[in-house]
Amino acid sequence: MTDTNLSFVRQEMLQGQTPPLAERGVVKWMRTNLFATPVDAVLTIIAALALVYFVPPVFNWLFVEAAWVGADRSVCSTTAQGGIQPEGWSGACWAFVNANFNQFMYGHYPVDQRWRVNLVGVLFVLLLVPLLIPRVSHKVPNAIAFFFVFPIVAFFLLVGGRFGLSYVETASWGGLLVTLVISFVGISVSLPLGIALALGRRSKMPVIKLLCVIFIEMVRGIPLITVLFMASYMLPLFLPPGVTFDKFLRALIGVALFASAYMAEVVRGGLQAIPKGQYEGAESLGLGYWQKTGLIILPQALKLVIPGIVNTFIGLFKDTSLVSIISMFDLLGTVRQHFSDANWASPQTPLSGLIFAGFIFWIFCFGMSRYSIFMENRLDTGHKR
Amino acid sequence: MASQEIAPVGSGGDKTSLLNDPRIRGYFFQILALAAIVGLGYWIVHNTIENLQRARLATGFGFLNGRSGFDISSHPFTAYSSDSTFAQALWVGVLNTMTVAVVGIVTATIIGFIVGIGRLSHNWLIRKLCTVYVEVFRNVPPLLVIFFWYLGVLSALPQARQSIDLPFGTYLNNRGFFLPSIVPSTGLTLAGIGLIAGIVGALLVRRWAHRRQLATGQTFPVGLTALGLIIGLPLLAFILKGFPTFDYPILGNFNLRGGTHVGPEFMSLYLALSFYTASFIAEIVRAGIRGVGKGQSEAAHALGLRAGPTTRLVVVPQAMRIIIPPLTSQYLNLTKNSSLAVAIGYPDLVAVGGTILNQTGRSIEVVAIFMIVYLSLSVLTSLFMNWFNAKMALVER
Repeated sequence: MTDTNLSFVRQEMLQGQTPPLAERGVVKWMRTNLFATPVDAVLTIIAALALVYFVPPVFNWLFVEAAWVGADRSVCSTTAQGGIQPEGWSGACWAFVNANFNQFMYGHYPVDQRWRVNLVGVLFVLLLVPLLIPRVSHKVPNAIAFFFVFPIVAFFLLVGGRFGLSYVETASWGGLLVTLVISFVGISVSLPLGIALALGRRSKMPVIKLLCVIFIEMVRGIPLITVLFMASYMLPLFLPPGVTFDKFLRALIGVALFASAYMAEVVRGGLQAIPKGQYEGAESLGLGYWQKTGLIILPQALKLVIPGIVNTFIGLFKDTSLVSIISMFDLLGTVRQHFSDANWASPQTPLSGLIFAGFIFWIFCFGMSRYSIFMENRLDTGHKR
Repeated sequence: MASQEIAPVGSGGDKTSLLNDPRIRGYFFQILALAAIVGLGYWIVHNTIENLQRARLATGFGFLNGRSGFDISSHPFTAYSSDSTFAQALWVGVLNTMTVAVVGIVTATIIGFIVGIGRLSHNWLIRKLCTVYVEVFRNVPPLLVIFFWYLGVLSALPQARQSIDLPFGTYLNNRGFFLPSIVPSTGLTLAGIGLIAGIVGALLVRRWAHRRQLATGQTFPVGLTALGLIIGLPLLAFILKGFPTFDYPILGNFNLRGGTHVGPEFMSLYLALSFYTASFIAEIVRAGIRGVGKGQSEAAHALGLRAGPTTRLVVVPQAMRIIIPPLTSQYLNLTKNSSLAVAIGYPDLVAVGGTILNQTGRSIEVVAIFMIVYLSLSVLTSLFMNWFNAKMALVER
C-alpha cells in the first residue's frame, strides 16, 4: 500500500496543442466570416451561387471567347452575320480596340505629328510623378514647372504653328488626348478659382459675397450639359461680332467654370472647419488678410478637404465625357464614333468598346481616389477633430 | 475698427491714412467688383443685341406658342402631337425629366442602402461584393454607364419575335420592357381608396400607439397592424368587387400587342442613373452608420435593447442625421444627370429643348428655360430634404 504511489506529477510541460479544427485555419475563418449565423450562411450561399452563375460566362466573354486580333468585323461576327465565328458565338471584340487604339488615344491628330503628343505625355508624367511622391524634394520648383511652365510648353507643342511646328487645329484632336487636356486645364483652373470663390463667399464684404453666392448656387443648380450648351451656343453671342472662339476653348471654359463652383463649396467646408481661434491668433500676430489666409488658414483648410478636392477632380474627369454631346470627341466620344464604322460594326463591338473606355476611365479615377486616401493618411497628423 | 479704438491718446484717432482703413478699402473693392460686373454685363448685353440684330434673330418667349412640328416618342402623362406648341413640348420634357428622376431616386436609394449596409456586413463575401460594386460604378462616367445599358445590353437583346419571356407575363426585347397593364374597374378604384385609407389608418394607429406607450409604457404591434391595414383593405375591396384583370402583352409576328411598354431609352437611363448614384449613396450610408459612436449601441445593449430595436431606435435615427445632407446632394446630382438623356434620345427637358433650339435658334430663351427648370427642381428637392432633415435633426433642450 505504501509503495504504490498513485499520485502523478508531470515532470515536463505539455507541448502546446493545436486548437480544435473548428477554431483554426480556413475553417475558423469561414465560420467567422462566411457562416457566422444562419442568415449569414444563406447570404453567403446566395452570393456564391450568383458568382458561380455570372462570373464564368463573363470571364469567357472577356477572355476565352474574345477575338483578340483581326483586320475587320469578320472576326467579331458569326457566319450568319457575315463573319467567321461559329453560330451562337459571343465574345469581346478586342480586335476592334486593337485596330483603333491609336485613334482612341489621339483622335485625328496627324500621324506624323503624334510624337508631339507623346512628348507632352512624357513631360507630364516626368513632372507629375515627383510631385506626387512626398519624399522627393524641390516641390516648389517642381510645382511651378508643372502648373506654369508645362502648360505653355504643352500648348505650343500640341497646337503648333510656331517654332517650326506645323499647326494642328483642335478639331482634329480626339480620344484620350482631349479627355486629359480638358481635365488638366479644368483641374488647374478650378482649384484657384474655387478657392477665390470660397474666400469670396466667406468675405465680410456683402457685394462680393452676394456675387460669389449667386455664381456658385446658379452653377451648382444646373447640369453640366446646360453649361456646355451655354458655352457652345451662347458664348458666341456674347462676344463682339467677328471675334470667334475655338470650340475646344469654349468647352474648356464651360468645364472649368462648372468645376470651380463645386470646388468652392468643398473649400468652404474646409474654411468653416478651422476653429475661430486660428483666425484670431493670426490677427493677434498682426497678420493682414492675405497673410492670415495664405499662411494660416488655407494650408490647414485645404489639408482638411483633400478628399473632397480629389473627389471633385474625379467628378471633373468623368464629366469631360459630356463634351461628346456638343460634338467633340473625347475618349468616350471617339470610341462611340467608331461603333458606326462599317468596317467594324458587329453586335459585339459596342460593348467591347465601352468596356475598354470604361476601363481607361476607371484606372484614372481609381488611381486618383487611392492617392487621395494615401495623402489623407499621410497628412493625418492628429489634428483632425 | 478695433485698431483705431486702442490708438494711443494724443496721437489722434485718424492717424491711419484712408488708404489703409479696412472699411474704406472694403467699399473700394466692392464698388470695383460691382463696376466690373456691371461693365461686363453691359458689354455682353450690348454684343448680344448687336449679334442678334445682325443675324436677324427675334427674341422673346412668344415663339413658345408656335407649332412644334416634331414628334416625341415618350409622353405618358400628357397628350402630345407634332401639332402641339413648343410650350407643350417643353412641358412633356419637364415631366419626363421628373419621371426618370423620381423613379431613379427611389431605386438608387434602395440599392444604395442595401449596398451600404452590405459593405459593413460581417460576411466577408457580401462585403467584398459590395466593395467591388461601389468601386466599379463610382469610377466610371455616368454617360458611359448609360451607353453600357443602351448600346451594350438593351440593344443586344433579341428581337421582338424571340422576346425573353419573364415571369408575370412580361417580356423583354430590344424594343423595351413589355408588361401587362391593369384594366380599370370599380374594384380597382375601390382598392386604391382602400390603400389610401390603409396608409392613413396605419399612421393614425402609430400615433395612438406612441401616445399610449408614452403614457402607460405598453407597446403595441404597430408594424403588423400597419401591414394588415395596408394590404388588407385593398384585398377586401378586391374580394368584394372582384379581382382586377390584366391586359397581357401577346407575342405577335413582329411585335408585342397589348399591355404597356417601357422604351429602351427610359430603361437604360433609369438603370444607369440608379446604379451609378446608388454607389455614391452606399458610401454615404456607410459613413453615416460608422459615424454613430460605438458607445451608442453599447449603451442601448446595456439598457437591455436587442439587436433589432438597437438598430431601429438608436443607430438609424442618428445615422440619418449624418446621411441626409449628402443624400440630398446626390438626389440633386441624379436629377441633373438625367439631362444625359439627350445622348440616347430619351425626350427629357434638355433633349426637347435642344431640338427646339436647333429648330428656332432661340438659344438664350431655351437655355434660360433650362436654368429656370433645373434651379426650381433643385430648390424643391432641397426644400423637401431640409424639411425632412429638420424633422430628423437633434432636438436639444
